[in-house]
Amino acid sequence: MRKIARERLDELFAKIAADKTLYLPVDTDGGAQFLPWKEGTALSSALHTVRSPKDFFFPQTENLMAFRREGKKIELIDVRKEQEDFVVFGVRACDVRAFDVLDNVFLKEPADTYYQNRRQHGIILSLGCGKPAETCFCSTFGIDPAEPKGDVACFFSDDELFLEPVTEKGKAFLASLDGLTEACAENAADALKAQTRERMKQLPLADLTTDAFGGDKTETYFRSPAWAELSRSCLGCGTCTFVCPTCQCYDIKDFDTGHGVSRYRCWDSCMYSEFTKMSAGQPRLTQLERFRQRFMHKLVYYPANNDGMFSCVGCGRCLAKCPIHMNIVKVMKTLVKEAQGE
Amino acid sequence: MQEITRDQLLRKAKELLQNGTVDRVMGWKKGEFDYDLTPAVFKTEGDLSEFVYSDFCGANFSKYLVSETRADGKVLVFLKPCDTYSFNQLLTEHRFDREKVYAVGIPCDGMLDASKIRAAAGDFTTVTAHGDKLIVKTLFDGEVEADRNAFLPDRCVNCKSKKHVCYDELLGTDGEVLDSHRFDEVEKLESMTADERFAFWQGELSRCIRCNACRDVCPACTCEKCVFDNPKSGVENKAAADSFEEKMFHIIRAFHVAGRCTDCGECSRVCPQHIPLHPLNRKFIKDINTFYGAYQAGEEVGTRAPLTNYSKTDIEPKDAAERGKTHA
Repeated sequence: MRKIARERLDELFAKIAADKTLYLPVDTDGGAQFLPWKEGTALSSALHTVRSPKDFFFPQTENLMAFRREGKKIELIDVRKEQEDFVVFGVRACDVRAFDVLDNVFLKEPADTYYQNRRQHGIILSLGCGKPAETCFCSTFGIDPAEPKGDVACFFSDDELFLEPVTEKGKAFLASLDGLTEACAENAADALKAQTRERMKQLPLADLTTDAFGGDKTETYFRSPAWAELSRSCLGCGTCTFVCPTCQCYDIKDFDTGHGVSRYRCWDSCMYSEFTKMSAGQPRLTQLERFRQRFMHKLVYYPANNDGMFSCVGCGRCLAKCPIHMNIVKVMKTLVKEAQGE
Repeated sequence: MQEITRDQLLRKAKELLQNGTVDRVMGWKKGEFDYDLTPAVFKTEGDLSEFVYSDFCGANFSKYLVSETRADGKVLVFLKPCDTYSFNQLLTEHRFDREKVYAVGIPCDGMLDASKIRAAAGDFTTVTAHGDKLIVKTLFDGEVEADRNAFLPDRCVNCKSKKHVCYDELLGTDGEVLDSHRFDEVEKLESMTADERFAFWQGELSRCIRCNACRDVCPACTCEKCVFDNPKSGVENKAAADSFEEKMFHIIRAFHVAGRCTDCGECSRVCPQHIPLHPLNRKFIKDINTFYGAYQAGEEVGTRAPLTNYSKTDIEPKDAAERGKTHA
């Protein structure tokens, strides 16, 4: 394990940013957001960014390809540019797990080469949590916010930053910073990590479990009468899906440029009335069905297809941001209560 | 601190359920913490155990009545003064059946903004009001005492009216239309140069993620199918060509609700990116006041709004254009 004094953080960031773009959480009028570091940029102390770091690998919009027509010939143009290595600092343990969720979707054969390309070029410097929020429930999904994984796992004390390589990529990257960091005992951050784990136990959502959910629960919950009341005041907006680090649905559309076609992909939301519209219409006609789809996907369908892994990581963004404060925690608790006949 | 307590609302709800005036109640349902209340419908007295009324009841219920009144029976709705303006405006637009609603007006002392509390005190679970003081119980840093007024959102700081413009019954005391400073921010924007103003809105609106929460919560946006949700409209606009294209959505929306927006402020409340959207609508309200005389959407049911009416004293388009130039 390596360490560096907090007061030398800017030197560290400058060194990284000298040959790679470095993104880190920065306070803005709209809350903390990942922004490129430049001299004078201050690291946010916020626990979470408003938007999740999924944007780095799965941006809200991207051009996939273009078609140009000349006479009877149609030319196909690959619009991708060569991706350069980039570094993201300050990714929390929940958001790092979210990359695993996305990997299962995008990297399974046939791999999504757009996503894959960015993934290969991204270096993740994760950051352990000192003070989790009341909306946090990552431990529900077996995530330890004190050991955040990624390529290099970092942890702050009051005056130092500890850096621990996790992957081979992280080891090589950390070695490139050797001149700035110094070696320290492997257990240097252990007391702080223990404090985080202790704090996790005190959180209001600490008792939430996934015991009642999983790939075999479709029949248990699909027809639950609880969905009607749970979804009743849902506005049908896309806030939960867009701030979610694991929501990965997208639409592909063609834009007529006048000389051809630009084919792009953009985030879509299962909460939207025109989502997955096909020739026969939208298969989920009511907000109840659309609402149910989102939570069944996180808690039942995704685990069914991914060896039991849930596609919620307990980051709590939806708890903080839903305009009507309906969220996966309330859904889980209500469904379980209903199934138990209470 | 609110003048009316949960117990008073609960008593009223139970009384109206018992005597058959209504068969269900729209209210706020308790959440995991003090601030995360969800709009809900309560059908029995037993259901009402989860009914909450507190400083976090900001949600405006008026728009829910559009779908709620499609069911049989009568629904009880509690309306804060600003909610009653939306209520009237929806009635003016024939968006719900008045006969199916029993409206109880409740006074409001402003509703708190949880994100402001979090920014000042840290993560918290419970908030107790003692007059103008709040005791915020934080997660790991004990209790913090703070001034309640510091945590009010702009719409409450600049509250336009404590007066209920519509109700079947009123609990507590009715207030007055207030002499608010709600147009100060608009004037500040007007005094900018065009370039400064463009930069301001570029900074704010480029954060938009097009979640549509502002539109979906807006009581003036009650189209059954929004043009932006219609793939056949040609303006479905799921992806922005540049980081500022979202301005078109917000400007078009502001035009669409001009003269109908009551300035309830729900758009700014729900924006996950904290974009101040209400100044766009207030600019229209201010201009309508200037050009056509003071007009407050929702103040009365059935009035013809200046933009959908014609009178010989209406400002000539060329004069309006002339005035616009002075702010260019």
